[in-house]
Amino acid sequence: MTTFAELPPGFADKVLSAQSTFRSVMDAMARPGSVQCVTANAGVPSGLMRGSAAIALTLFDHDTPIWLDAAMSETTDVARWLKFHTSAPVIADSSIASFALIGDAGSLPALDCFAFGSNEYPDRSTTLILQVDSLTRGPAFELKGPGIDGTALLQAMIRPRDLFERLAINETLFPRGIDIVLVHDDAIVAIPRTTRLVASGV
Amino acid sequence: MGLTGQTSKEGQRKAAMAVLAHASAAEIAGHLADIVLPAHENLREPENGLVMLRGRIGGDGAPFNLGEATVSRAAVRLASGEIGFGYTLGRDAQKARMIALCDAMVQSADFSGEVEAKVIAPLRAGLHAERNRKAAETAATRVDFYTMVRGEG
Repeated sequence: MTTFAELPPGFADKVLSAQSTFRSVMDAMARPGSVQCVTANAGVPSGLMRGSAAIALTLFDHDTPIWLDAAMSETTDVARWLKFHTSAPVIADSSIASFALIGDAGSLPALDCFAFGSNEYPDRSTTLILQVDSLTRGPAFELKGPGIDGTALLQAMIRPRDLFERLAINETLFPRGIDIVLVHDDAIVAIPRTTRLVASGV
Repeated sequence: MGLTGQTSKEGQRKAAMAVLAHASAAEIAGHLADIVLPAHENLREPENGLVMLRGRIGGDGAPFNLGEATVSRAAVRLASGEIGFGYTLGRDAQKARMIALCDAMVQSADFSGEVEAKVIAPLRAGLHAERNRKAAETAATRVDFYTMVRGEG
């Protein structure tokens, strides 16, 4: 079975790694704009960052359809790795995906390609996992919303540059909307649908 | 690899699985200790789960769910690239890992002879001996009934 010969392994310690990653994602969601660190170690297929790989192993399963962007589906590495370790179905239709893995955020499709959930089930929306260039330097974004005492300052190199303008649809859609997790290497920042941009500077 | 080569390899893996699944973890570990193990890593850490057992009454009735059984599984990759899979009934994670390791070695050209001779063959012999002993034990209690010829036809 040489087809599996290059497949990177999953978590070395499934239970503890998944729990600690879940905790990091939960903290990130509870404190939007704060930078959380994913400590769990797992094998990483080419194209995926450590943080996104850990999130995938923790949150994906056979009930969560996954959509991959062009950068992720360039080779079959990511799809095969996801299939083996999480048994999550990789689908072509982004509007019914539970998660979308975005490798090249510059070419992020319009947000209405993804699921917003329904008023009865707002949780049936797509969570975007966006790999970005940096979460410690770059333009500053001032954020407010539930989970933030006053305002939170996020410095990040985010592409697309108009991400927060696009996320303005969350305001009108509420309780439907899109949640985003930004990943750079092992650092993650969550932008849940309740978070609003106050000001952005350079 | 030609079709026949592939089939015989598959047959060899199946035969090895049939033996390993019935052997105890301690026995496998004991025989594995006799060979120098190649470098390997756990591709899938051993994990426990449930499988639904399905049955058919009389073998051809409508299928129904009989109940769930605990299984353990693991996947091991040798440094040379061969990947072995291990599934076994029960919650013995180490047994699943050792079965996966043996499966990987059976596929490897360098180790298949050694693992066959030092692990699978002794386990198979033990299994056969045990089955024969049980069969003999049962056979000893057999009672043959026969009817005496009674008078005229």
